[in-house]
Amino acid sequence: MKVSCEALRQVEAICRKFKNDPGELISILHECQNTLGYLPEEVQRVIARELGIPASKVYGVVTFYSFFSMVPKGKYPVSVCLGTACYVRGSDKVLEEFKRVLGIEVGETTPDGKFSLDCLRCVGACGLAPVATIGEKVYGRLNPSDIKKIVAEFDG
Amino acid sequence: MENMITLTIDNRAVSVPKGTTVLDAAASIGINIPALCHMDLKGTCVKNAPASCRICVVEVEGRRNLAPSCATLVTEGMVVRTNSARVVRARKTVAELILSDHPNDCLTCPKCNDCELQKLVTRFNIRRMTYKGEQSVRKKEETPAISRNMDKCILCRRCETVCNQVQTVGVLGAVRRGFETTIAPTFDRMFKDTDCTYCGQCVAVCPTGALTERDNTDRLLEDLCNPDKIVIAQPAPAVRVALGEEFGLEPGTIVTGKLATSLRYLGFDYVFDTDFAADLTIMEEGAEILHRLKAFLGGDKDVKLPIMTSCCPAWVNFYEHNYPDLLSYPSSAKSPAQMFGAIAKTYWAQKMGIPREKLVVVSIMPCLAKKYECEREEFSVNGNPDVDYSISTRELARLIKRSNIDFKSLPDSDFDTPMGESSGAGAIFGATGGVMEAALRTVYEVYTGKTLPRLEFQDVRGLEGIKEATIDLNGFQLKVCVAHTLGNARYLMDKLRAGELNYHVVEIMACPGGCIGGAGQPYHHGNVEILKARARAIYREDEGKPIRKSHENPDIQQLYKVFLGEPLGELSEKLLHTHYFDKSIQ
Repeated sequence: MKVSCEALRQVEAICRKFKNDPGELISILHECQNTLGYLPEEVQRVIARELGIPASKVYGVVTFYSFFSMVPKGKYPVSVCLGTACYVRGSDKVLEEFKRVLGIEVGETTPDGKFSLDCLRCVGACGLAPVATIGEKVYGRLNPSDIKKIVAEFDG
Repeated sequence: MENMITLTIDNRAVSVPKGTTVLDAAASIGINIPALCHMDLKGTCVKNAPASCRICVVEVEGRRNLAPSCATLVTEGMVVRTNSARVVRARKTVAELILSDHPNDCLTCPKCNDCELQKLVTRFNIRRMTYKGEQSVRKKEETPAISRNMDKCILCRRCETVCNQVQTVGVLGAVRRGFETTIAPTFDRMFKDTDCTYCGQCVAVCPTGALTERDNTDRLLEDLCNPDKIVIAQPAPAVRVALGEEFGLEPGTIVTGKLATSLRYLGFDYVFDTDFAADLTIMEEGAEILHRLKAFLGGDKDVKLPIMTSCCPAWVNFYEHNYPDLLSYPSSAKSPAQMFGAIAKTYWAQKMGIPREKLVVVSIMPCLAKKYECEREEFSVNGNPDVDYSISTRELARLIKRSNIDFKSLPDSDFDTPMGESSGAGAIFGATGGVMEAALRTVYEVYTGKTLPRLEFQDVRGLEGIKEATIDLNGFQLKVCVAHTLGNARYLMDKLRAGELNYHVVEIMACPGGCIGGAGQPYHHGNVEILKARARAIYREDEGKPIRKSHENPDIQQLYKVFLGEPLGELSEKLLHTHYFDKSIQ
C-alpha cells in the first residue's frame, strides 16, 4: 500500500509544527496516527528525515507503544478493556463476541475499513465494567448479547 | 586536592577525581568489579553505559538498595563493598535470570571461550540452570559479513550504541517491549535491505554469540585440500600486529614472520602480502591526489576537493548509502585487497600460466566488510571474483589451532615474491592516519622533487577522532584531515555537503583506531590499551623496514615497468580503479 504524497506533506507539516524537535517525537507520532489512522514505514521515514534521527529510533518507539499502529485502523476503532475489573466481569466474552460479529482477530481491520479491533488495559471506568470504546464513545456494563446491536449502530 | 574524592572500597582507601564512577575507582586499585552491558573504550567515542544489566551492583553504606557501580559516581567518605554476601548473591541471581532466557548451547556457539556471559557464569560459580521459563524466539540472518542470532542477545545495547552513536549508521535499534523486545535492523528488515555498512562494529562489541562474523574457514579448508586449486594468501597490515593475541602473546607483538610460516603450513601455495598492494594503492591514489591538485592550482573550478581515501569498504558503503550526491569526491582507487586480487588474477596468473578459474585468492583481513566487498559484482570477471573470499584475523587463528600448528614456536619466514615485498608506508595502512601518512611520503617527494627530511607525520597519528595537518609543498599549503569512525565521517560529509569543508585530502576509516580496531580482529573486550599497543606495533613495523616509501618499493617499480605502464594509465585505470553507486534507500 502506497501512502499518498498529500499524506506525506501532512506528516511534514506536523513535524514542522513541532519545530522538527526530536524531543517531540511521541507528540508527532500521536498527531500523525490521529490524522492518517496509522504509521506506515514511509511515514516513519519522513518523520526520521524531518527530525534528523535514524528511522530505527522512530520504529523502536512505534513498536514500543501499543497505541501506535503500522496497519490502518478502522474508521471506528473498537477497544475492549481487559483490565482486572473488566476481566472478572466477563470482558473476555465481550471480546469474543466482537471478534465473531466483526469477523476479525485482535489487531485486524475489517475489509471494508470500517472497524478495527484492539484490547486495552483500563480506561478508568471500572465502575462500568466491562467496558469497550468505539472511537471516542464509551460503552459500559456490556453483555455479549448487546454487541450485535451496538455494531449495527455504526454500520448504517 | 579539591577535585579529588576519597572513599573506601572493600576496606581499602582510594582517591580518585570527582566524577569518577565506583566501577572505575575500584579498577584503579585492582578491584575488578564484573560488568556486562558496560563498555568504555576510553579515549575513543565508543562508550555504552546504560546501566541496564545490573551485574556490576555493589553495596554502598547508608543506601538501602544495591547500586550499579558503572553509573554511581563516587562521593566523599563513601563506603563501598563489592564482595559482600548480599552483593555476591544478587549478582549471581541477575546472571541466572539472564541465563533463563538464553539458549545455553555454549558447546557449539561461535563465541565459545570468547563470550563475556560465559566468563561470568564461570566466575560466579553457576553450576545449574536455576530458572527455567519461556525462551524468546528471534530472527536469525546470515549476511556476506555478519551472522545474526538474536536468541543469544542479552539486550546490553552495545551494538545499538555503536551503530547509532558511534557510527551514526542508525540501523540497529530496540523494537517492541517487555519479553518481546529485540534488537533489530530498521523495520525488522534483513541487514541487506537497510543502510548497514557491514562495518561489523556491532560484532566487535557484542558480549555474546548474538552477532558474529560469517565463517569462511570450512570453505578455505576445502580449497586448501583441493589439488586442482592454486590457493594464494594476502594478509592485511593490521593482522600481523593482532594475531598473536589469539595465542596468548602480548598485545602489540609483531608476528609477521610467524604469520607467513603459518600460512605456508596451512597449505597456501603462495603467501603474498596485502602490504604490497597498499604500496600500489599509494601509487594510484597519490597520482590521483596530484592530478586533482594540479587541476585545482591550474584554476579548474570543477575539480572535486577534498579527495577522500577509498580503502575502507564500510566507508564506501556508508557514502554510497548516505551521500550519493558526493560520489565524485572519494578517490576511484580500489582498496589494496582488491588491487591485489586484480593484479594476482591478471599479471601474476599470466606470468605463472595459471588459468583464472584454478586460482583462489584469499584475503586475511581485520575486517568484516571485506567479506562483503569480495562479493561486489564490479570486482569480478565473468562471475569469477578478483578476491574469492576473505577471512578475519580471528578465523585465521581458529584455522591455525584446528590444523595442529603451535603458532608460538613457529620459525619466521618471508613472503613470496613478487607480491610480497612492501615498504613501511604500506605497513602503516592498518592504523588511523596511516594511509594519509603513506600518501604524504610519496606525494611530497613527487610534487616537490625533494627528499623528505623526516618521514613521520606525527599530527596524523593517534586515537583522536578528527586530526588535521598542514604540509608545505614548495610554498603550497596542503591541508589534510584524518577521521575514524563513521560518526566522524558523517560530520565531515555534512560539512562537505554544506560547502564548508576546507581540506585537500581526507582519510576515513570506519573502525575506531582504523583497521587495528577492525571487527575481524581478536576481541578487545573494551580494553583500549590493546588498540594502542597494536598501533604502536604498526609504527614499529614501519621503522624496521629498509624501504619506507611506496614509490621506492622495487617490486612496485617493476610491476609498472613490465605490466601496468604508469599510474592512472589505461591498464591501471581498468584494473585498479572503480566507480561508486547510489545505494540510498528511499
